[in-house]
Amino acid sequence: MTTTTAVQRRPATPADAVSGVQPQEVVRPRTVAEVAEVLRAASADGLSVVPVGGGSKTSWAAPPVSCDLLLDTTGLDRVVEHVAGDLVVVAEAGVRLADLQAQLGDAGQQLGLDPPEPGATLGGVVSANASGPRRLRYGTARDLLIGATVVLADGTVASAGGKVVKNVAGYDLGKLYTGAHGSLGVVVSTTWRLHPVPPARRVVVLDLPDAAAAGPLAVRLTRSTLTPSAVELLATAGGAGELVVVFESVPASVTAQAHAAVALLGGGVEGEGLPAAFGRRPGGVDDVVLRLAYVPAALPAVLGALPVGAQVAASAGTGVAYVALAEQEAVERLADLRAALAPHDGTAVVLRVPEAVRAQLDHWGPVGDAFDLMRRVKERFDPERRMAPGRFVGGL
Amino acid sequence: MDTIGLAAALRDAVGVERVLTDRAQLRTYECDGLANFRVTPAVVVLAESRQHVVDTVRLCAENGVPFVARGSGTGLSGGALPHAEGVLLVLSRLRGLGPVDADNARVVVQPGVINLWVTRDAAPHDLAYAPDPSSQLVCSIGGNVAENAGGAHCLKYGFTVNHVMGAEVVLPDGSVVHLGGPAPEHPGYDLLGAFVGSEGTLGVATEVTLRLIRVPESVQTMLVGYRSVEDAAGTVSDIIAAGILPAAIEMMDALAIEAAEAAVRCGYPKGAVAVLVIELDGPQVEVEAQFAEVERIALHRHAFETRIAADAAERALMWKGRKSAFAAVGRISPSYFVQDGVIPRTQLPEVLADITRMADEVGLRVANVFHAGDGNLHPLVLFDDAVDGQAHDAEALAGAILDLCITSGGSITGEHGVGHEKRSKMAEQFTADDLDTMQLVRCAFDPAGIANPGKIFPTPRMCGERPGPRTGEHPLQAAGLGEVF
Repeated sequence: MTTTTAVQRRPATPADAVSGVQPQEVVRPRTVAEVAEVLRAASADGLSVVPVGGGSKTSWAAPPVSCDLLLDTTGLDRVVEHVAGDLVVVAEAGVRLADLQAQLGDAGQQLGLDPPEPGATLGGVVSANASGPRRLRYGTARDLLIGATVVLADGTVASAGGKVVKNVAGYDLGKLYTGAHGSLGVVVSTTWRLHPVPPARRVVVLDLPDAAAAGPLAVRLTRSTLTPSAVELLATAGGAGELVVVFESVPASVTAQAHAAVALLGGGVEGEGLPAAFGRRPGGVDDVVLRLAYVPAALPAVLGALPVGAQVAASAGTGVAYVALAEQEAVERLADLRAALAPHDGTAVVLRVPEAVRAQLDHWGPVGDAFDLMRRVKERFDPERRMAPGRFVGGL
Repeated sequence: MDTIGLAAALRDAVGVERVLTDRAQLRTYECDGLANFRVTPAVVVLAESRQHVVDTVRLCAENGVPFVARGSGTGLSGGALPHAEGVLLVLSRLRGLGPVDADNARVVVQPGVINLWVTRDAAPHDLAYAPDPSSQLVCSIGGNVAENAGGAHCLKYGFTVNHVMGAEVVLPDGSVVHLGGPAPEHPGYDLLGAFVGSEGTLGVATEVTLRLIRVPESVQTMLVGYRSVEDAAGTVSDIIAAGILPAAIEMMDALAIEAAEAAVRCGYPKGAVAVLVIELDGPQVEVEAQFAEVERIALHRHAFETRIAADAAERALMWKGRKSAFAAVGRISPSYFVQDGVIPRTQLPEVLADITRMADEVGLRVANVFHAGDGNLHPLVLFDDAVDGQAHDAEALAGAILDLCITSGGSITGEHGVGHEKRSKMAEQFTADDLDTMQLVRCAFDPAGIANPGKIFPTPRMCGERPGPRTGEHPLQAAGLGEVF
C-alpha cells in the first residue's frame, strides 16, 4: 500500500487473524484524515480492508474472502465532546466502551449499552450491533446512536444524523452502519444519546427447577406496570435456571418494585448484587455460541427446541437469547434449530465458533426476501467489494 | 405512454372507481398540511389493497412515471406534495388493524390506519402506541413511518423508528420485500432503519408491525407558570441535570399561551410569560418521588404557579392547550408559518433571545411552542398577507431561524421532515459528500428515481457513477466491459 504520511503500520501475525484469515498488514490510523488516506491508498491498490476495534467480536461475522489490510481503529481514541446538559457525547470509534462509561459516570451519566465483551470499542459495538441485558430498557445501538461518521471504500468521509436526539433531516445512515460489520465502510466517529445513571438498584433472583417456567413469568412481568431494566434467564436447556429481574431507579421505586415482583412471580430473593453470570455470554472457548432472536413470548418454545444441556442466557423481555452448544451438537442441530425458530419469526446467527467446525456452520442463516436489496446497497457503497468482503450475510 | 394512457392502464389494473383524473377531483389532493405549495397531480389512485399498490407502482416503473405516496395528508413539509406528471398514490383506504398480540406487545397495521386507533385498540390490553404527534387524531401510520413522526412523549419513548419492528414495502420497481419483522435482530442490513423517515423516497409501506408499550401505572402532569422564558428554560435543564427523564416537557411562550387561551380556554396561569407542561409516568412511587423534586426545581426557578392535574380531565385540558396551539395561532394572526427546528437543549435561552431579536428587527411576532425536553422548536411566525411584503419577510425569518438551528449544532427538522420545503437547507446542514452518501441508499432502492422525486435532497442526481474524483479502476473496466478513452 502506498501512503504519503506516516500512518502506523506493521506486518500482520497469526494473532491478527479475522475469523481464521490472517491479514497481510495491519494499519493503525490516528485520525479520520489518516483513515481516509489509508482507504484511498487501498482503493488505488485494490486492497481488501477489514476494520477492527478491540478485536473482541471478530468471530461474530463470517470469514473474509480476502483481507489485505486490517484497519485497527483503536488509534481513534478521543472523546470529542460530552455535553452533560444535553445528555449527548461525541466519541471516536476506537474509544473503549468501558473507558467512556467511566468518564460519563463521573457526570452521573451513562451510555445505555452493556455488552459484556471486554475491551470492546464503540466502533465495534456499533458494527457488530452488540447489546446486553439492559436493552429491555434502553434499546440497542440503533436506538441510541444519533450520529455517525463513516469513511467509505473510496476514502470519502460522510456523516449522517447529528448532535441532537431529535432529528429527521436526511436518511438515518447510522442505523444502516449498525450491525453491518464494516461491510459498508469504516465507522470513525459516533454520537450518542445518554441516560442518567439511576441512583439505586434492587435485584430479584428466582430459582426455577424447570427453566421453561420462565416464559410465562417473563410475559407476566412485561405485561405488568413494573419497569425492570433487565429480565434475564440464566439456564440450562431442559434443566434448571434462575430468573434475574433488575430494577434501577430512585430508592423508593426499586424497593417497591422488587417487592411487587416477588409477589408477581410467586417467589424470589431480593438483594442488590447481580449473579456472576449476569450479562455474560454463555459457554467456553470450545463451544459454539449463537445469538437467537424471536418474538418474546416464544421463549418456552425456543428453550424446548434447544438440545438438552445447552447453556442459555436469555433477555426474556426482548426475545434475544445467547446459547452455547458443543461443537458437534452445533454442526448437527443448527439447521433444525433455525427451522424451529422460524414460526416465531426467529433467527439464529453464529457469534463464536471454534476453528475446527467453522467451515461446517452457516454463519448467518437465511436472510429473507430483502437480500437482493441488501446486495444492491452493498454494491452502491462498495462497488469493488473491498470492505470486509464475504463477512456479511449471503457473502456480502 | 402518456398520463392518459397510464390512467387507462391503471383503471384496468385497480378498477375504474379507484383512479381519478377529473381535474376538480384531483385538486383535492394538490397539497398536504403545508398548503403554500400546491401541485395538481396527473392521476390519483385510491388504493385499497397491497395488490393495488403493487400494480400502480409497477405501471409507474414500467413507464418511468413518478409516484408520490400519501396518507392522511397532514404532513407539514410538503412531503406528499404531488408531482405534476405523476401519480398520487393515496393509502388512506388501507385501514386493516390488528389483532393486537398482547403477550408480544405487537400489532400489524396497514398504512392508512390512524395513529390514535392503534392506542385505542391496544388499550383493552393495557398497551399503547407511544409515538403521539399532535395530529394523532387524523395522521396515518404510513405517514408516521415515512416522516419518522415524533410527538410530545418521544423525549422518553423515542420516535416512530424506535417502535416500528417490521414493514412490508413495495419497492419502486414494484417488487415486495419484508424488512425486519415482529422479532428483533433480523440478520442483514437494518434497511428498516433507513426506510423509516425516508419520506416516501425509498418505497411504499403496505403493512407495518408496531411495538406497543405497557400503559404506565401512574401518569402525572404539572402545569407551571413563569414570569421569564429563561426561568422556564432553566427548569428544563435542571430537571435533566437531576437525572430525571420525564415523559414530556413542553414549553409555550406568552404569545402561544394567548392564542391557546383564545381558542380552547385551557386556563393556563394568567400573566405567564412562559408555561411548561411536565409529565412524568411510571410506577406510582417513582412518579411521586420525582414529581416532588420537579416541583422543587420549578419553584427554585421562580415558578409563580404550579398546578398538578387532579384527574384525566384536567390533564386533557393541559394538553389541549399545547396540542391545539398551531391551529390556535390562527385566532391571533391572519397567517403564520410553522417552523420545525432542533437545537441542543442547553442553548434554549440564547436561541430564544436571538429569535425574539430577529423578529423585532423585521417587525414580526413569533409564537414559540416546543418540545423543550429535546430542544425541538416550533416557532410560529405570524404575518398578514394583506400587508405588502410581510409574507416574504415572514418566510425569510422562518428560514433565518433554521440557520440559527444549524449554527447552534442542531437540525433543520426534528419531526416534520425535509420534504419539499427544506430541500435547499440540506446542503447547509450536510456536506456534499454526506448527501451523496445518502444518495447511494436512494439509488439502491430506486435507481430510476421515481419514488417521490424532488423531496429531501437539494439537487436530484441520476443514479450513475458516484460523483467526484475517484481512484482505481472502474469496475466495468476491471471486468473487461469498458475502456477509458
